[in-house]
Amino acid sequence: MSTSLLLAVTLVLPLLSGVVASAADHRPALMRGLVFPLLGVAGLMAVGLGGHALLQGTSETLVYPLGLPWLHWHLRVDPLAGFFLALIGFVVTAVSLFGPGYVREFEHGKQSLAVLGFFTGLFVSGMLMVVVAADAFSFMLAWELMSLSSYFLVAYQHRNAANRRAGFLYLLMAEVGALTILLGFGVLAGFGDGFSFAAMRAAPLTPAWASIAFALGVFGFGMKAGLVPLHAWLPEAHPVAPSHISALMSGVMLKVAVYGFIRFSFDLIGNVHWAWGVALLIIASITAVFGVLYALMQHDLKRLLAYSSVENIGIIFIGLGLSMIFYGTGFPLLGTLGLVAALYHTLSHALFKSLLFLGAGAVLQRSHERDLDRMGGLLRRMPWTGLFFLVGCISISALPPFNGFVSEWLTFQTALQVPSLESGVLRAVIPLAAAVLALTGALAAACFVKVYGTAFLGQARTRRVRRSNEAGRGMLLGQALLALACLLSGIFPTLAIDAMANVTRSLTGQVLPAATAKGWLWLTPISADTASYSAPLVFVGMLLALLAWAVVNFILRPAGRVVTVRSDAWDCGFGPLSARMQYTATSFSMPIRRIFAPLWPGQADAERDARTGPGSEARQTRYQVRTGDVTWKWFYRPVVQLLHATTRRVSRIQTGNLRHYLGYTFVTLLLLLWLIT
Amino acid sequence: MNDWLLALLGTLLFVALAPLFAAWVKRVKCWLQNRSSPALLQPYRDLRRLFSKQVVMAETASPLFVMTPYIIAGATLLAAAVVPFIAVNLPTAAIADVIVLAGFFSLARFFLALAGMDVGTAFGGMGSSREMTIAALAEPAMLVAVFTLAMVASSTNLSTVIDQILAQGLVLRPSLLFALLGLMLVGIAETGRIPVDNPATHLELTMIHEAMVLEYSGRHLALIEWAAQIKLLIYGVLIVNIFFPWGIATHNSVTALAIGAAVVFFKLMVLGALLAVGESVLAKMRLFRVPAFLVLALTLALIGLLSHIILEVG
Repeated sequence: MSTSLLLAVTLVLPLLSGVVASAADHRPALMRGLVFPLLGVAGLMAVGLGGHALLQGTSETLVYPLGLPWLHWHLRVDPLAGFFLALIGFVVTAVSLFGPGYVREFEHGKQSLAVLGFFTGLFVSGMLMVVVAADAFSFMLAWELMSLSSYFLVAYQHRNAANRRAGFLYLLMAEVGALTILLGFGVLAGFGDGFSFAAMRAAPLTPAWASIAFALGVFGFGMKAGLVPLHAWLPEAHPVAPSHISALMSGVMLKVAVYGFIRFSFDLIGNVHWAWGVALLIIASITAVFGVLYALMQHDLKRLLAYSSVENIGIIFIGLGLSMIFYGTGFPLLGTLGLVAALYHTLSHALFKSLLFLGAGAVLQRSHERDLDRMGGLLRRMPWTGLFFLVGCISISALPPFNGFVSEWLTFQTALQVPSLESGVLRAVIPLAAAVLALTGALAAACFVKVYGTAFLGQARTRRVRRSNEAGRGMLLGQALLALACLLSGIFPTLAIDAMANVTRSLTGQVLPAATAKGWLWLTPISADTASYSAPLVFVGMLLALLAWAVVNFILRPAGRVVTVRSDAWDCGFGPLSARMQYTATSFSMPIRRIFAPLWPGQADAERDARTGPGSEARQTRYQVRTGDVTWKWFYRPVVQLLHATTRRVSRIQTGNLRHYLGYTFVTLLLLLWLIT
Repeated sequence: MNDWLLALLGTLLFVALAPLFAAWVKRVKCWLQNRSSPALLQPYRDLRRLFSKQVVMAETASPLFVMTPYIIAGATLLAAAVVPFIAVNLPTAAIADVIVLAGFFSLARFFLALAGMDVGTAFGGMGSSREMTIAALAEPAMLVAVFTLAMVASSTNLSTVIDQILAQGLVLRPSLLFALLGLMLVGIAETGRIPVDNPATHLELTMIHEAMVLEYSGRHLALIEWAAQIKLLIYGVLIVNIFFPWGIATHNSVTALAIGAAVVFFKLMVLGALLAVGESVLAKMRLFRVPAFLVLALTLALIGLLSHIILEVG
């Protein structure tokens, strides 16, 4: 059977690339020549395989004689798996173009290239396998493969103590999450009599057990996806990994968690309850606004992007929460709309966040700078990276006609359908979530104006940044691919939604009949009278505006019809401006920090260090703002304290006296005997 | 085809009239303040002068700086094209609903803020930072006000909303009243009018919008100013046509269009006079008072939304 073989090859190719990479320490050229090309081929095959299943709407279950003797591996490629398979494949392809140029800086470093290549292969293979796994055993195996291999990637530059700490935190939280997922599968397997997904789907669950399973699923998958307050590993782990790995982790691995959640709740548990949706909606709204506010406060570029991932995961889960509410209250059409909105944002976020991380990687490699407050003027030095990064910024700020806007628009449209609900509470809660989403979008725009304005515009603030130059061709190509995808998925939402119809049909048996009823030009999710958006026409409009610019610049100006002269910037007549007079990232976000100050009590911490000279004037003044994550104080510290207190109690029985231990053994034996008889 | 032509003509008229509305507001303000006012055609003269002047650009300006005025003008023109001005049910209204309209404004603002940071002066960054801060609070307020409308009419398409409100006749809906108040406050903030920003200021430390465009000159400045005037008119038309849509042409006969034009002119004159009165009696706020102003707008809009959900549905 060809699909079976193709899938096996797709899963094995990344492993093979990992094995080849083991030799890369001695022959670094292998990375360029074989390791990344193998990954790229695997990515393309995943796109092909997933795209086929997505467009054809077919689902095929494959059984491989591997794994436990009584439980062979079940792998299944259905439209939902296909969607995520294609998504992972596409980003992996872009990363495999970007990678060879990027890892060049590690060739002469202290860390081993072999380790990087080996675990990257395992990581990609694990992610691809998670989305096709069709029984709990292979799912958990793939999930652990993904988590553990990514731990080694996070801890790759382990000479830095902070990186080791981030790696440990990541490992700890990933394992706690995995345990919860395992328990969730345990509930389903217990009722469904079997570990295959088919058996779990058929499990007759009582509402209470279904709710328990759902809660376990939210906790486990939410920990991987980064729902607040379970997100704490994310801003620590994503920035310290090499940038192409950060792109994979933020762009794709979080989506694998979203996949797991959709599979677990919409497919395996099945009948969703509206109350779950409300809980999810509340968590997701908090996640979205929390993520963006913290992103705004960061000035480390990669850390900022990681917090922004938290925000976007919040937006995805807002869509999922709305979808559950509408499915649970008997509005399958609107539920489908919410699901499509969530899937669309999954797609958008995978594309633009990978793009932004790759851009950050290019900047990092060329300027050796992660701090926004030290960058500036990079557009002049890295024009192509600057252009692609701009595309990413526009997309993530949800501006038309790019893809981030489409998904937020769809989420808004779902939220606006509340008048059809009967419960007054629901009708009041959902618009509030929509208001939070609006706030999030506006803050995200401010955040990315800050990023682009301080990193790429203005003047260089340090010498290293001033001397940086454009990234290599492969690195640009990887970014260009993602930027193009951002644009296309923004301009042709109707085509993407048509393709997603198979996902929702196979998952819930519902489609959006009206969404593309008026042709590819018009997106009308519910009906043409309710809401319509024509992204292609908007794009043409903006293209005309740029055409006007081109005419003025390339025809009228050379002909002397219009005149442009260059001069100094306005300096109030005081003298030359220096790069240090520019607004920095910290000063840009100062008004927002002040307005939202009550949200992080004692967290925004200004520090002044003025050494006064012989006169009374300050000779040196330092201003530093530290924004610690408030969840450490409110959530993690109490948990840790509770854990410590409990272990201290338990450790009392550890007296160190032999007689006591013998006594314990005796009592245990007695208990066992009593239990047996 | 006829409809498309009409829509195009309507948009051109809209764009052409935008400076006139700004001039009208200024004239009423001058009357109120006992000053002699500039001619109503003065903004047109200013634009003509700016278009014919040479552009002086900072040495450090990047290509983004040059493209921004065109992008802003393009986004604002698209926004003007989708707002029902004299007639409803025009085909252009289907290109974008009211959420996309807010998206056009965001797009223009995003690029303007970037352009402010492009040259690398302190003023530009200051303006951008302030503008994005205000927008971060104003945009949710605007969207919530808009959501109220969308729920009242069960549609986000502006034409459908107006049709619905016309069809429901003159009923007093508390939700719409609150939404109107919220949208007016947002409009004042978004178009940079007193008490949030002062369009006439050139005192550097108080500037918001003007600080971002400080480095622009010539045709670039003309495009940006024109776009700002169009944006002001869009907010005006949104307010008068959604909340007081009576008189707007619902079919494309010449008499209906003529009546529609006359009525919308009258309504805009009244609204402009109101704006001028407001600007004359209020003083500009401190920057850190603005959040309270915008939170007021958001609260009003939310009250409107909730009162619709609680009082008017079901």
